[in-house]
Amino acid sequence: MNLASSLYFTGAEVGLSIVGLVLLLVSAWGGPRSARLVTILAVSALVGATLFSGHLFDLAASETAGRAFGDLYRADTFGSFAKILIYLATTAVLMVTPRFFDQRGAYRPEYPVLMLFNAVGMGMMASATDLMTLYIGLEMSSLSSYVLASFLRNDTRSAEAGLKYFVLGALASGIILYGVSLVYGFTGSTNYEGIRAAFAVEFSAGALFGVVFVLAGLAFKVSAVPFHMWTPDVYEGAPTPVTAFFATAPKVAAMAMLVRMAMEPFAGEVDAWRQIVIFAALASIVVGALGAIGQQNLKRLLAYSSINNVGFILIGLAAATPAGVAGVMTYLAIYVAMTVGSFTALLMLRDPMGQNLETFDDIAGLSTKRPALAWCLLALMFSLAGIPPLFGFWGKFVVFQAAVQADLVALAAIGIAASVIGAFYYIKFVKVMFFDDATREVETESPIGHWIVLGLSVAIISPLGYFLTIPLGDWSAAAAASFAAAM
Amino acid sequence: MIGIEHYIVVSAILFVLGVLGIFLNRKNIIVILMAIELILLAVNINLVAFSAFLGDLVGQIFAMFVLTVAAGEAAIGLAILVIYFRGRGTIAVDDVDRLRG
Repeated sequence: MNLASSLYFTGAEVGLSIVGLVLLLVSAWGGPRSARLVTILAVSALVGATLFSGHLFDLAASETAGRAFGDLYRADTFGSFAKILIYLATTAVLMVTPRFFDQRGAYRPEYPVLMLFNAVGMGMMASATDLMTLYIGLEMSSLSSYVLASFLRNDTRSAEAGLKYFVLGALASGIILYGVSLVYGFTGSTNYEGIRAAFAVEFSAGALFGVVFVLAGLAFKVSAVPFHMWTPDVYEGAPTPVTAFFATAPKVAAMAMLVRMAMEPFAGEVDAWRQIVIFAALASIVVGALGAIGQQNLKRLLAYSSINNVGFILIGLAAATPAGVAGVMTYLAIYVAMTVGSFTALLMLRDPMGQNLETFDDIAGLSTKRPALAWCLLALMFSLAGIPPLFGFWGKFVVFQAAVQADLVALAAIGIAASVIGAFYYIKFVKVMFFDDATREVETESPIGHWIVLGLSVAIISPLGYFLTIPLGDWSAAAAASFAAAM
Repeated sequence: MIGIEHYIVVSAILFVLGVLGIFLNRKNIIVILMAIELILLAVNINLVAFSAFLGDLVGQIFAMFVLTVAAGEAAIGLAILVIYFRGRGTIAVDDVDRLRG
């Protein structure tokens, strides 16, 4: 295990870190004028990292997973798949960001740099196979997220969102870290394989405490109930492109980290964590669905929608089988497409002065003013509700199938029943757009970049997406095979 | 003789104090930042004590990483607090309520 191969397997992270540092210098030198240039270079670096992760995915699928730096880090199919989703989501968000800040004259070159460092941290979260790399990756992503949330410095709501995210995020990191220290103390190892071997010998009460603390902290990061209370506030207060980012890439990273934790070091103790995951899954689905009903603000509504979706993803994890993990990955891929699409559509909603619109009153009668946008939103909302023939249905189908195969029939049944409640507010969204009378003037033109991102996500979640079921299923199965040794 | 249990008890007490400091504190946000530091210090005591007890160096290296990240975290927390104070003119916990729903 020499240095060259270690650097090769961590190539995406190393490359992004170097590009991030160079761009930081460029932005310090060029000031606000360099914002465009830095954004374009950051997007190209992310595209390069995506392609390299795809290459590592192929390599790990055909040969063996690459272990780097004494098994602190593993470039396996699971991590590479998660990283492809993370980098693509970050790229899409970066492409639709500048226009939002330009309108406020607040776009700065630090924004794409922070996104790059965030992407490095998220990549480490997805690939970490040691508690130390996990912690560093998590903090790298979290620290840049706190700054991004309060990026609109003159907007008190953005500053408050950053403050809330910081306090609660730091608390969650502290809880994870306390659990990590207990796990280390009771197993004598921070390496995932070492921990599993030690748990196989003896699973003491202290170690159980550690596992519960780690899972509670991770539930915080994926915003699963009962640790979800920060989500609506932060999503509403943060600038809309940042909210789009929070709802996609960090969620994929945190979920990948949670799945790897559960399926590798804790794989022998499924009984210890399964009930926690089942409770969090059901509670997230119900709270996400009920909480969204009274909301007027669309960003808040989408925050509850993301809590709801996390519940469905956790159902796949509760199955604790390769099929369940594959279901989680498929769901995440579809979820990223749906969420990126919804937030891009939200960013395209502006009044003639260029002010962003974000409440239900603003979208009333949208179908008469922006028919194309309204139809795209209709497809996205029906897909989020899981109504066939849209592709969102397929994600729900695979996780429920995995749960039924793992004899969790009651869990699947309650989940399906609760998803009907969720359909209520998605359909309300469509009703307001198509059947209410228009009260607001809206901007009628949107730039081509937004249409490309929106068009791609709508194409994926449209019935055309079913052409993807077979490759997506194969990729997810290959990703889940990373844990074959552990199950 | 001071054994590993004593260290675990001390760190557990510090951790609980830190968590309570975040939730029970109604005064100002600086106290919350101090409570977060308390949590991280509790973790460090745990890591170093386990490391010495196990005769394994990894715990102490981990503690160095935690210290480094804690410094960065405090810097970012204070920076966000400063822009918040500029906008609102207060850092009382009860005033952090613009976002409600």
